[in-house]
Amino acid sequence: MSYDKFSKIISPAVPLPLENVDTDQIIPARYLKAIERKGFGENLFHDWRYDKNNKPVKDFVLNNKKYSGKILVGGKNFGSGSSREHAAWALYDYGFRVVVSSFFADIFKGNSLNNGLLPVVVSPEFLQKIFDKIEKNPETKFEVDIEKQKFTILSTGESTTFEINNYKKHCLENGLDDIDYLINMKKSIEQFENK
Amino acid sequence: MEKKTLFDKIWDAHVIKKVEGGPNVLYIDRHYIHEVTSPVAFSGLKNRGLKVFRPSQTTAAPDHNVPTLHQGRPITDVQSKTQVEQLEKNCKESGITHYGLGTEEHGIIHIIGPQLGLTQPGMTIVCGDSHTSTHGALGSIAFGIGTSEVEMVLASQCIMQAKPKKMRISIDGNLSNGVTAKDVVLYVIAQISTSGGTGHFVEFAGSTIRQMSMDGRMTVCNMSIECGARGGMIAPDETTFEYIKGRKFAPKGEDWNKSVAKWKTLHTDEDAEFDKEYHFKAEDIEPMITFGTNPGMGVGISQDIPMGDNLQGSDKTSFIKALDYMNFKPGEKMEGKKIDYVFLGSCTNGRIEDFIMFAKMIEGKKKAENVTVWLVPGSKGVEKQIKAEGLDKIFEEAGIPLREPGCSACLAMNDDKIPAGKYSVSTSNRNFQGRQGPGSRTLLASPLTAAAAAITGVVTDPRKLL
Repeated sequence: MSYDKFSKIISPAVPLPLENVDTDQIIPARYLKAIERKGFGENLFHDWRYDKNNKPVKDFVLNNKKYSGKILVGGKNFGSGSSREHAAWALYDYGFRVVVSSFFADIFKGNSLNNGLLPVVVSPEFLQKIFDKIEKNPETKFEVDIEKQKFTILSTGESTTFEINNYKKHCLENGLDDIDYLINMKKSIEQFENK
Repeated sequence: MEKKTLFDKIWDAHVIKKVEGGPNVLYIDRHYIHEVTSPVAFSGLKNRGLKVFRPSQTTAAPDHNVPTLHQGRPITDVQSKTQVEQLEKNCKESGITHYGLGTEEHGIIHIIGPQLGLTQPGMTIVCGDSHTSTHGALGSIAFGIGTSEVEMVLASQCIMQAKPKKMRISIDGNLSNGVTAKDVVLYVIAQISTSGGTGHFVEFAGSTIRQMSMDGRMTVCNMSIECGARGGMIAPDETTFEYIKGRKFAPKGEDWNKSVAKWKTLHTDEDAEFDKEYHFKAEDIEPMITFGTNPGMGVGISQDIPMGDNLQGSDKTSFIKALDYMNFKPGEKMEGKKIDYVFLGSCTNGRIEDFIMFAKMIEGKKKAENVTVWLVPGSKGVEKQIKAEGLDKIFEEAGIPLREPGCSACLAMNDDKIPAGKYSVSTSNRNFQGRQGPGSRTLLASPLTAAAAAITGVVTDPRKLL
């Protein structure tokens, strides 16, 4: 999948302080019927974002003008449940480039990394700090520096480092994906098959 | 010699390369695809000018979108129809075997894989679907992947994955009457939570697991993803070999003997180490039912909904939000709660044994008038067995028609949607908000508990009707 090269991001963040946000909430199954990868952002968090009559739910964060930015901050075990990559596509298509939580579900994390959406794991304490800062001032800006693997609250300078393996980091910074890597390995794969 | 777990043995034998500071390149033996998570992978492949590398190792079936009534007629939902047709077209162009609607092999991909003997011990198996973990019951490493990874497998028969940590969950002892494999796995998830297994691959072990049939083992491994694990697996044994023998794609003749000899080496060495271990006792498990909006929010059916007093912060917020959605209150009894729908089916409980359990409970009785019951076999093969055993007559007499195979109300991508606000006792795997239709309220349970609810119209302890 092609995505923009990932570089340093400075942005306010959208808070979603709920736990176990599953991929059925991120994008409900009935919106998975497309055969092309486009437009999924429209239905991101659909059933929390819109009511029965398809009217925006006023107090949901994506409908609240106070909040904006390329960073989504969620509670622990974000992205659990279904393996649908549409969840990562919807977040990316909506405009998010980073999701922050204290804990991600495995498949969602992998899907995000394959689509230029960076999952940043911080400690539960630091996560709470981020939520508090946004609540106090929704315009608080954060910096995500992939090169230094550092997440910073710009107003106070408080920061934390995050993990990402060197291979994935290289892919994200250069907009590459695993298929580029794998098709160059064809010989070794054939050798393995003939073993 | 190095002591290895079952998982190590299979994983290590499939690693082609360890990328420096990164994941493993893992060879995939068997790839299953369905209509929802594959079209973008095929178009991605096309855009790169690539062909499917090993078409004979991929098998396809449309399952998520298909109607469960009148499958002989054209699909009315245009988008569903397009996805189903696109799958067939992609498979045809690439030389992939496709078991479409109307074929005798058709069904939910996780049901037909084992049923056809395509799933075998020692294999690495992936599919763009989290419940791929089902196949681990036959002693394979099987897990769900995203669409980018589906494209990788189509392009190279490999994916790139970091090796997960290892967990063993042992359950020992005899299950009491009325307690099923579904209750065992719901109990485990309630104990370790929906994130307890994250980052790990689980091996299920212990005498309780050994005594289980293959259908039961598949139910357990199917839901291992619901505790956050990458997948679950069970060492193959005589039960496994007996199940596979004679199936369409099972090894035959001399190949069979060779395969069994190899499969017998697939077990965890004594003293091999796990990153985490859990032990549970079968006698502590009663029929389970969920009260909240994730599969970890379950209790024994005779128990009350927890008070949630010990929860704090976002834990508490999430708990309150879940009960609000369900319109339940802390401390309430689950037994006796009025329900509107019952769903038997899905890759969790859509196999023949599940229908036998349901039929035994409902035989000679009628379904409650206030309840709509959907009985959806996991495959044409299961449907055929149901009819061969005359179970369809029992269902008919109870006032319940048998539907045709598909994922159905498990995720409500077809017309089988539970209406907003209604309660469904469901044998599927997820009780997430809106999972069974916008606003639907799901109570996960076993086929026996589902049958009991179908008869009484309220949440009922199945042990009282046995």
